[in-house]
Amino acid sequence: MTNWRRRLYLAAALTLSIALAACGGGGGSTSSSETNTTRGPIKIWYSNNAEEVKWGEAVVAAWNKDHANEQVTAEQIPAGKSSEEVIGASITAGNTPCLIFNTAPAAVPQFQKQGGLVALDSFSDGASYIQARTGPRADQYKSPDGKFYQMPWKTNPVMIFYNKDVFAKAGLDTKNPPLKTYDEFLASAKTLVAKGGVQAAIWPAPSSEFFQPWFDFYPLFIAQSGGKQLVQDGQAQFTSPDGIAVAEFWKQLYDQGLAQRELYKGDAFGDKKAAMAIVGPWAIAVYGKVKWGVVPVPTKDGKDPSQIQTFSDEKSSAMYSSCKNRATAWDFLKLATSQESDGKLLEMTGQMPMRTDVPTAFPAYFKSHPEYTIFAEQAARTVEVPNVPNSVEIWQTFRDAYSQAVIFGKSDVQSAFNQAAEKVKTLAARS
Amino acid sequence: MSAIASPATGPSLGRRLFGRQPLGYLFVAPYVVFLAAIFAYPLGFAVYISFRDYFFAAPGAIVERPFVGLQNYTDALADPVFRRAMLNVVIFLIINVPLTVAVGLVLATALNAAIPFRTFFRASYFVPYVTASVAVIGVWLWLFSTGGLVNNLVGPLAPDPSWLVNSFWAMPIIALFATWKQLGFYILLYLAALQNIPDELYEAAEVDGAGPVRRFRAVTVPGVRPTTTLVVIAATITGANFFTEPYLLTGRGGPNGASVSPVLLMYTQGIEQGHAGYAAAIGVLLAIMVMAVSLVNRYLLERS
Repeated sequence: MTNWRRRLYLAAALTLSIALAACGGGGGSTSSSETNTTRGPIKIWYSNNAEEVKWGEAVVAAWNKDHANEQVTAEQIPAGKSSEEVIGASITAGNTPCLIFNTAPAAVPQFQKQGGLVALDSFSDGASYIQARTGPRADQYKSPDGKFYQMPWKTNPVMIFYNKDVFAKAGLDTKNPPLKTYDEFLASAKTLVAKGGVQAAIWPAPSSEFFQPWFDFYPLFIAQSGGKQLVQDGQAQFTSPDGIAVAEFWKQLYDQGLAQRELYKGDAFGDKKAAMAIVGPWAIAVYGKVKWGVVPVPTKDGKDPSQIQTFSDEKSSAMYSSCKNRATAWDFLKLATSQESDGKLLEMTGQMPMRTDVPTAFPAYFKSHPEYTIFAEQAARTVEVPNVPNSVEIWQTFRDAYSQAVIFGKSDVQSAFNQAAEKVKTLAARS
Repeated sequence: MSAIASPATGPSLGRRLFGRQPLGYLFVAPYVVFLAAIFAYPLGFAVYISFRDYFFAAPGAIVERPFVGLQNYTDALADPVFRRAMLNVVIFLIINVPLTVAVGLVLATALNAAIPFRTFFRASYFVPYVTASVAVIGVWLWLFSTGGLVNNLVGPLAPDPSWLVNSFWAMPIIALFATWKQLGFYILLYLAALQNIPDELYEAAEVDGAGPVRRFRAVTVPGVRPTTTLVVIAATITGANFFTEPYLLTGRGGPNGASVSPVLLMYTQGIEQGHAGYAAAIGVLLAIMVMAVSLVNRYLLERS
């Protein structure tokens, strides 16, 4: 064997051994020696939404003033394609902060599977605190093992925003717009596109992200079905007559050019390209000078608005397993979700805290902001995404079927949904 | 009395392993470490996890990642979405690579000639390459939307539905976008190669009666052949890994999956849905495909 070849083998062997050693290090054993009584400095992340940043800074400042030895360092969640991607990577790297005030309930099953979350029930007052604050709705946030790996924090109940100027231009009633039933909605949509000077009556994102159904199909499905989740008892619910009716309603909007199949870069409602938007109150801050009104999502035959339920678009706060000083983290979490902090959140962001008593707990706010009362009332009638294994994959499966059948009309709705339902059933049953 | 080594003993083990200049290893060590950490380890790890039901977990978490043999590979090959993604790579490369070579070489030749505002044009072609995709994609969305500039120009010839939501046109538009975006870099490579062609060759060709087209074919094209090989292989490798375009331009591989790419699929499966093993298998299959295509390209371009 020549010298160079021997050296080449040596270098290759070294490289391979490094690679294999690294591969072998992937598993590891659990440590979990942390207790829930340890105190000290902690880190938290919050959303990069400007209003929430201000709220976060205020709450952290209030805490730090009284806790010299348990200082909280707060940062905006690092930029990424999505918060869920960033948090997932951070769990793998073991560098999550103690608390993240931007945890999507749909991602919780995956974070839990990754071993990234702390069950809040492990604190003596964990479950009771959550249930007292949120009421019966809290049960939707329990994982299949019956524990809370997230604290329901704030909700943006999804409703229909409409541009009063565009409605007036099209000759439609701006105080009680005809948007209750599917037939009314479709007729209004046609009038708006014909006479309102807009490209679309409504322009939900037609792209394929797993979370897009939360802003087109799901709110209407919840309303039409009387509060059903996408998956219940391991079975897909969207193949029911209610689910098909909702899908057919959206399909008509797309087929008639009343909703656009093209992506709009920006906010079509804020830019006055669409007459309506389907979104929660967080968006008001970005609507600027648009004169908006808001109504509940439509139902097939026009249910009583006070009975209509919708998608919560809720964000939770959660404690992550890399946290050492969990007692401090838990106390801070309670402070951040106290009535005082929730009041600040409402005042600064217009988003609804996940409390049982929002309209009565903050009367001064609703007196000075009467237009927000409807959101507070709707917030009490919200439904969450199902907390099931493979949640993200289930939503992606549904979205793909919906894109195919409803948005692009490439197949029959019922058969596309039936096919997706079979896959969803398998996914929900798999751990 | 000290012993004297017998001449028959030969060099010591250390010298046999590390040669006469062991210090050389110290000099190459940084690059070896870089190569091992940045290329060898991830590649080895990707192959390792592609044979497992693997997902990323917190350090110290007890999780099962069972060995599944070729399951991830067979699942991928049976998945119509993956097959569509691979077909899209082929469509992309068929449009992107020849266009990159042809337009890149022609523009480089033009920019190499004594034309007015040469520096301005050279910089202009490079601007898209150094501009963030997110920024320029907004412009392309506007250009190719239903009421966009392109449809206004082509009038009744505009496809319905419009380009980016049209199952047939979405991939060609993505390939065109990528070609336009990357062209500046390849023009730069060709410009460098053109500087190395001696003027005497052009003069001799001119004396022999060759016109501009003949000079381009007989002198320029063969003169930049090594660069063409590089351009083809680089365009193939970067092209096969396209991600940003279907992610942003066509709303995550739309319409209805018509522009999905293998890397986009890896992202959704591995990062969003937690199937890292399956995503790794897609990555390995893509790498094999790219290597095969690159080898064929190299053979075809260098066989003479």
